[in-house]
Amino acid sequence: MRYLGRTLLRAILLLAGISILCFLFTEMAPGSFFDELRLNPQVSPETIANLRSRYGLDQPLIVRYGRWVKSAARADFGYSIAYNAPVAPLLWGRAKNTLLLTATGMLLTWLISLPLGVWLAARRGRMLDQAFSIASSFVVSIPEVVIAVALLAIVVRWRLLPLSAGPLHGEGISLRTHVQDLATRMLLPVTILVFVESAIIVRHVRASVLEVLGTPFVQAAHSFGICRARVLFRHVLPAAASPAISLFGFSLAGLVSGSLLIEVICGWPGLGPLILEATLSRDLYLVIGGIMLSALFMVGGNLIADLMLLAADPRIRTGALDAD
Amino acid sequence: MRTKTAILIAALAALHLALLCAAFIAPYDPVAQNRELPYAPPTRLHLHDAAGWHLRLFVYRWTLGDEGYLEDKSESFPVHLLTTGSSYEFLGIFDTTRHLFGVAPPASIALFGTDGFGRDEFSRVLYGGQISVAAGIAATLIALLAGALCGVIAGYYGNWTDQSLMAGTELFLSLPWLYFLLGVRAFLPLHVSPVRTFFLLTCVIGLIGWARPARLVRGIVLSSRTRNYVLAARSFGASDLHVIREHILPEILGVLMTQATVLVPRYIAAEVTLSFFGLGVNEPVASWGNMLSTLQQYSVLVSYAWLLAPVGALIITSVIYALLADVVQSRLEFPHPGN
Repeated sequence: MRYLGRTLLRAILLLAGISILCFLFTEMAPGSFFDELRLNPQVSPETIANLRSRYGLDQPLIVRYGRWVKSAARADFGYSIAYNAPVAPLLWGRAKNTLLLTATGMLLTWLISLPLGVWLAARRGRMLDQAFSIASSFVVSIPEVVIAVALLAIVVRWRLLPLSAGPLHGEGISLRTHVQDLATRMLLPVTILVFVESAIIVRHVRASVLEVLGTPFVQAAHSFGICRARVLFRHVLPAAASPAISLFGFSLAGLVSGSLLIEVICGWPGLGPLILEATLSRDLYLVIGGIMLSALFMVGGNLIADLMLLAADPRIRTGALDAD
Repeated sequence: MRTKTAILIAALAALHLALLCAAFIAPYDPVAQNRELPYAPPTRLHLHDAAGWHLRLFVYRWTLGDEGYLEDKSESFPVHLLTTGSSYEFLGIFDTTRHLFGVAPPASIALFGTDGFGRDEFSRVLYGGQISVAAGIAATLIALLAGALCGVIAGYYGNWTDQSLMAGTELFLSLPWLYFLLGVRAFLPLHVSPVRTFFLLTCVIGLIGWARPARLVRGIVLSSRTRNYVLAARSFGASDLHVIREHILPEILGVLMTQATVLVPRYIAAEVTLSFFGLGVNEPVASWGNMLSTLQQYSVLVSYAWLLAPVGALIITSVIYALLADVVQSRLEFPHPGN
């Protein structure tokens, strides 16, 4: 219980720290949303000053931060200047699409990589294992943006997937065509996501299973004559679960922020393009809102991973790992 | 093991040397436009024509017809080695017009084709590599310097210094880094000169990344602080600075080396990502990221596959660094006796 309280407190402090960091950066920034207006000779400096005071941008940092915290408490998270609306609904509308994409991707990734990792570890050193480890180290070392562009190029070049356009949530179409349309659209971004993520996760799962396979208690189990499958599933897997659970937390943490690149490259109407546009137009609070939302998932994901570890790993419950 | 390391280091050195001497190897100026040859495919190198085989490589001119680019076979242009071309400053030391290879003027040689402005993609890959790789290395230096400084201070002095610095690293480690990078970039001026953008970019990327090296360094300092030779040096009255310089820095060099090989490709990727989105180095200066950004249009991606050349360069660079990171890690961090 004390552990839970401490982790929760730390998560809240982290979020507060990140928001303060964001505001400090805005203070240091030389530009603002109204820079473009300033270049326009028809807009007088008074108008700009009025606009600035209307959005409260002329206030000192502390006052702005205080107001932002108040607005965050009302679940508004500030006011977008470009969209002329509170930030939270804007973000939420897009975050739904992002979550649809990343949750599907994450589910598939884990469905593929967990069995694959265990299987490769059990067949260590065979041809397939070696081939996979070379291929995955290749994939891991290449930047994500490059993989995305290269896969997109392959798909577009050979017309492997239909690249349909149009609004995501169309009206007046049947549920079936809607789901079909959604599935064909998601195919490419989800493929890229699974391709990039599973290379990493399979490596980690394989490594943690291998580590347990080499321990004395597994050798003992083998020498008792327990069959290989039973050793693997009954004795090895539970012991190898801890790193996988932390990794699962990382996946949860990346639900919002992990697909930014892929969304922009594939034209998926999620948070990524919204934040990119906001960055380009310096829509201050929208950017901060985006950072805070993804930070929320980051911290929340790690928190859930901690709690799951607490439930799964008795060493943490007894505090045996806190010795250092 | 040893030959593998040697091969990797040689490959890395060759890569960086090629980028350093980009102006010599590249046949053209990276910003020189040739409006008559937009999106020209890679120039074909020939050894054989109607008259038979030749010893010297030669090329034909592209002519733009109704069916796209066709080779004008009426006149052939031999490829010259060490020929004269546009003037440039070699390594910032002396002016010269000597290039590694080239063809006589009405023809042109574009090994990787040309982009929408008719600029030679091969030259731009080399010049762009200068920017991207330099950004990666500079950002790594900043991150490692800041990380090592904080890590040494935290590990050596302990107590509240340690706790507050480690709280800072936790803060930076839990940031969604790409979002944060975009956010920080949003607060910096958008339209500034490429040199200043480059400078800001490396600082931002480097400063966000200080946390992980700081943690690793702190861990090592914590353990080496209690070693007997450190205790002995301190009991003989050695100053903190002396102990850190003579006894602690050598211990953390291994970790810094591995971190460098891990971070450089990651920060090259960060620069490429930012420039890809139009937030990094601006046109007309070439960088691997902004060269790729034209591929955001499907039509370009479908029709002009040679514009993917920076992807190849990036893959080669990243893979060499990744392989080197494995080797360095196994040699420096867990050295086996007799290996």
